[in-house]
Amino acid sequence: MHEVDMTRCLLLSMNEWKQQHAPRVPAVDRVHLEVGTFTCVEPDQLVVTWADAVKGSWLDGAELVIESVPLVGRCVRCQATYSPDPADGFRSPCCQHPMEEIVSGRELRIRSVAYGFDTAPSASTAPPTASHPAAAG
Amino acid sequence: MHMPLEDSLGLNLLAANQHRAEHNREHFDAWNLLCLNVMSSPGAGKTSLLERSLAALSGRWAMAVLEGDMTTLLDAERLEAVGIPVVPITTGRACHLDAAMVSGGLKLLRQRLDPAALDILWVENVGNLVCPAEFAIGEHRKVALLSVTEGDDKPLKYPVMFREADCVLITKVDLLPHLPVDVERIEAHIRQVNPRTAVFRLSATTGEGFEAWHDWLDAQRQAVQTSPALLHA
Repeated sequence: MHEVDMTRCLLLSMNEWKQQHAPRVPAVDRVHLEVGTFTCVEPDQLVVTWADAVKGSWLDGAELVIESVPLVGRCVRCQATYSPDPADGFRSPCCQHPMEEIVSGRELRIRSVAYGFDTAPSASTAPPTASHPAAAG
Repeated sequence: MHMPLEDSLGLNLLAANQHRAEHNREHFDAWNLLCLNVMSSPGAGKTSLLERSLAALSGRWAMAVLEGDMTTLLDAERLEAVGIPVVPITTGRACHLDAAMVSGGLKLLRQRLDPAALDILWVENVGNLVCPAEFAIGEHRKVALLSVTEGDDKPLKYPVMFREADCVLITKVDLLPHLPVDVERIEAHIRQVNPRTAVFRLSATTGEGFEAWHDWLDAQRQAVQTSPALLHA
């Protein structure tokens, strides 16, 4: 159920991004997300709620592309990285140490937005340069 | 057709909630109070925990509760009976509290009292072992409950909640003689996903374990007074 709330947060962030291009409205082709496997997000469900939420909005038709980021831990004893397995209690296979350090898998990140402008820009309204400064996440 | 462009954002998916949570946190720090986010599955004993802790600590600390519930005021009424100010937050269809809901609760609380006079603000989240773990509300500490009746596998099945918790309370331990469950195994599973968390075994019925739990609370309260910036980000 919380994918609905996740989508709402995502739309708020997208609206803030749109303001950077005002008064023009970007036509968004794709929104790329990075979602870690050690989060409470079900990617398929997020895609469904996104498709429903953007209908009739300025994001109508924009595809949500989700890259799954695997859970990777680092054993604090021997520094080896490993894939924590719930069936093995997330322990490091090398030292059987508890999952103390997580290297990746907690990502909930809007990586990038692919877009364009449907009308040819005039000299005074040139398209923005690709790449805004990354915001703190 | 249009010229394809791409912006790199690197923005947290939950940035909107995070910004509101940070705003709440600024208020908590300005009021110099400790805010606790209490989370568990339904029926793990959050309200019973609060009833006992509020009654035991009311002479030592000034406290209030923001009480999250999907539809009813039942828990809020139980806690009001202890004599502590309680602001109910009914979430409707939402299965967790978010920072905006807590912000709304704070506005209602401020109509009743000056939060700067409080030492501890408890936020009882909606019963759910999944969603509340991802939505920050501005809390200083996350407290997760797991009752012995839920079995020893829950920390492994719902690892994000127990990973995020600063403190895990194993509740209803008075029932252990009647259950085929190994409390040592429960604690071991908690520590496997979060070796750094504090763990206490409690019974709200007998009072077992509450002294150690309250000592931990005292330490967190003192830490807020010492240096709020050092606490949970």
